[in-house]
Amino acid sequence: MGLELPKYPVMEEEEVVNLELEIARRVREALSSVPSLEGSRDSYNQLVGVILHSKQLGRDELALLETTLKGLAAAVSLIDLTHHESLVSAIFSMSMWNYAPHVEDALAELIVSLAVSNGKYLDLSLGMLVNNFTPPPYFLDKLGLPYGLDRKNQVLSRVHAAFKKISEYVPLAPLRLINLVIQRMPTIYHKDRAVLIYVENMLKLESGEIGEVVGNSVLMALVDRLIDLDLEIGWDAILRDDFNKGIFEMELEDEDEIVESAEQHPGEFRLSRMTLVGNSIAELLDNLLVLTFEHLESCERAGRLAKVFETLLQSFQITVMSAYKSKFTQFVMFYACALDPENCGVRFATVLADLFVQDSRPEQTRMTAVAYLASYLSRAKFLSVFFISTMLKRLVDWCLEYCKTHDGDINPNAHRVFYSGCQAIMYILCFRMKVFVDVPRLNLLLMPPLEQILKHKLNPLKVCLPSVVEEFLRQSKAASLFTVSETFIFDGLLESELSRAFGGLERLDTFFPFDPCLLKRCDRSFDEQEHDLDEFDTAMSKMSITPKNGYCYKFGGRDSTRMPSRIRPSTSPESL
Amino acid sequence: MEGLSEAEANLVVYVHPSKSSNVPQAILRELSSLLFKFNETFDGVLLAYDVNILDRQAKILSGIHPYIGLRLKAQLLLFSPKPDMLLEGKVVKLSQESIHVVILGFSSAIITAENIRQEFKYKIKDGEEMFASRSHKRHVIKVGTMIRFLVKSVDEEILHIIGSLMEAHTGSIRWLDKKSEETSEFDRSAVKSRDRERQEDKTVEGATPLSNSELLIHSCDFHE
Repeated sequence: MGLELPKYPVMEEEEVVNLELEIARRVREALSSVPSLEGSRDSYNQLVGVILHSKQLGRDELALLETTLKGLAAAVSLIDLTHHESLVSAIFSMSMWNYAPHVEDALAELIVSLAVSNGKYLDLSLGMLVNNFTPPPYFLDKLGLPYGLDRKNQVLSRVHAAFKKISEYVPLAPLRLINLVIQRMPTIYHKDRAVLIYVENMLKLESGEIGEVVGNSVLMALVDRLIDLDLEIGWDAILRDDFNKGIFEMELEDEDEIVESAEQHPGEFRLSRMTLVGNSIAELLDNLLVLTFEHLESCERAGRLAKVFETLLQSFQITVMSAYKSKFTQFVMFYACALDPENCGVRFATVLADLFVQDSRPEQTRMTAVAYLASYLSRAKFLSVFFISTMLKRLVDWCLEYCKTHDGDINPNAHRVFYSGCQAIMYILCFRMKVFVDVPRLNLLLMPPLEQILKHKLNPLKVCLPSVVEEFLRQSKAASLFTVSETFIFDGLLESELSRAFGGLERLDTFFPFDPCLLKRCDRSFDEQEHDLDEFDTAMSKMSITPKNGYCYKFGGRDSTRMPSRIRPSTSPESL
Repeated sequence: MEGLSEAEANLVVYVHPSKSSNVPQAILRELSSLLFKFNETFDGVLLAYDVNILDRQAKILSGIHPYIGLRLKAQLLLFSPKPDMLLEGKVVKLSQESIHVVILGFSSAIITAENIRQEFKYKIKDGEEMFASRSHKRHVIKVGTMIRFLVKSVDEEILHIIGSLMEAHTGSIRWLDKKSEETSEFDRSAVKSRDRERQEDKTVEGATPLSNSELLIHSCDFHE
């Protein structure tokens, strides 16, 4: 700019103001000089140079940059997209992370001014701000350090304040913003930290000033991403490697043998490869889930959880339920329910039960819903006994009604929904049997109809998953609730032909979605919540998805009232 | 305010078979997805609609997925700003270089300094920025003032308008109307003066039917 800067300490207040005005004037000059054909573009080029210079700026250079940015903000109407292309692209590629707060302020102001001055700059400005969600690569590692954290707070607060300002002047900006945000979500193959900080920003948008407009989309996009990661882990890898040997076949072999052998046959598991692939993605998923949990906690503190839950519920039904055996994403719902048992907790179960009883829904939806319901009611300690009994009664009533209106014989294919309902009831009772023993009234209410169902011609005891049935019969016998005349010999089989038949292609007979979470950090968040962690504790650490040498689980000495580990489906990692 | 109009339209909405269990809801969702966006067929921004299903029987459009085509009649409220129209909006930001306006709560406009007539001088009084008229002491524009301005150009995608305060009959609405009441030269109808008060959706002229063009709206969201 051809301007000599006097040394800083010497400058008086007046001199600073004059200097700013001078620089502003020169900026205007430089901008207007470009469209004209004659005259040199030197001053313009110098201007671009000041903007582009970003590394290792001295104090003087920083001051010059700041005043230049301010000058540009004032001259926004002179900036033309075609004539000043290099300047515009230089401005929009700036990263706030490189500079101190004063410069960040000036840059934010410039971006806001550009955004509101002309429709053409709106998308570019919003895009630039979204790019500033993540720091430049060299800074990613410094995020953990104290000064990295400081810089992060400085930048992000300014970015989100800029969004707010732009929305005030251009009311439709949030709609364009949310599209950009979702488009630019980092893929799972980006660095962990970049993904995490981006998602942090998304959640900040949700709870921020423009949250009302963009909140829903943010949450749904987040759940979509979680499911993407979820599906990347485990089964895809295994099924790809062992195309002919589906894991389902492995179940036919004696499971104990597989569990006990520390060496994995290369043809069967290839766990080490899978573990490696699963590892980084699992870690990312783990961290994202914890981030989500923290966000839910803040929503709860702000009293917004019920509203957020509705969006999550919608997303759950659309995305999670239709995904093939989601492994971890459903824990978001579980956590939200745990935070607010009376509203969210009850609502979740009610919606699932409603889905189950609706005839108009496809079979698979109904079976998935009841599988979620069964696992949820079994594991959620925070639900009241009364509520669980109400839900159980609903299931029992439905199954009884079904029995009365269907007079057929055993037929796993024709009565899939019915069998999944029966299995759900038995599964819940395996966990909650004690409760019904303690409260005789509940016993009287539920047991007679249940007996009717189980002794009906349709014979659910024979069709449902043998391990569930066996455990249920054992417990009910021990509790002297009722006995069956026919002895069911299962030989400790996990499953049978019949159960596979009713479970169908998706194997919904072996789907227990709320089995203890295998992700380390995630699982720890549940410590205060509902799982009987003390009993699962030792097994937990072994079940973490980041083992050193493949999976090797031994579940010994189980308490007789606990569900034996073998019931865990072979299709979930822990059972391997 | 100019630019607002009501129209009657004959529409055909194609509903995806997955939505056949609740067709009215599907129709409403489809039409709602058009709101606050510039639509070429309507030549304006759809602000509100009122829909009547004409025929309970629908035609099936065969193809890979058989879509259900429904005929509707709808009343549409449209906003179509064009150059040289006079619009009214609220000032949300004011600086020496520009005035930023929001129209009807969703559309934004900017009036740059070179489009503000010489009569207005930028000054700061009691810490508040404003444009004050040199000739009329009472005529003042500051943040929160409702102003009337002329449209220079419209960016239809973002609904961003570039406006001008060069003409004599532009400026603060309150002052302009007061001035016109005093001088009986302007012939303002009662309807228009009521309009000035509320900035909600309004019908200005009579309905202009778009009956000749049948508008097809495709309902294709399967993954909503």
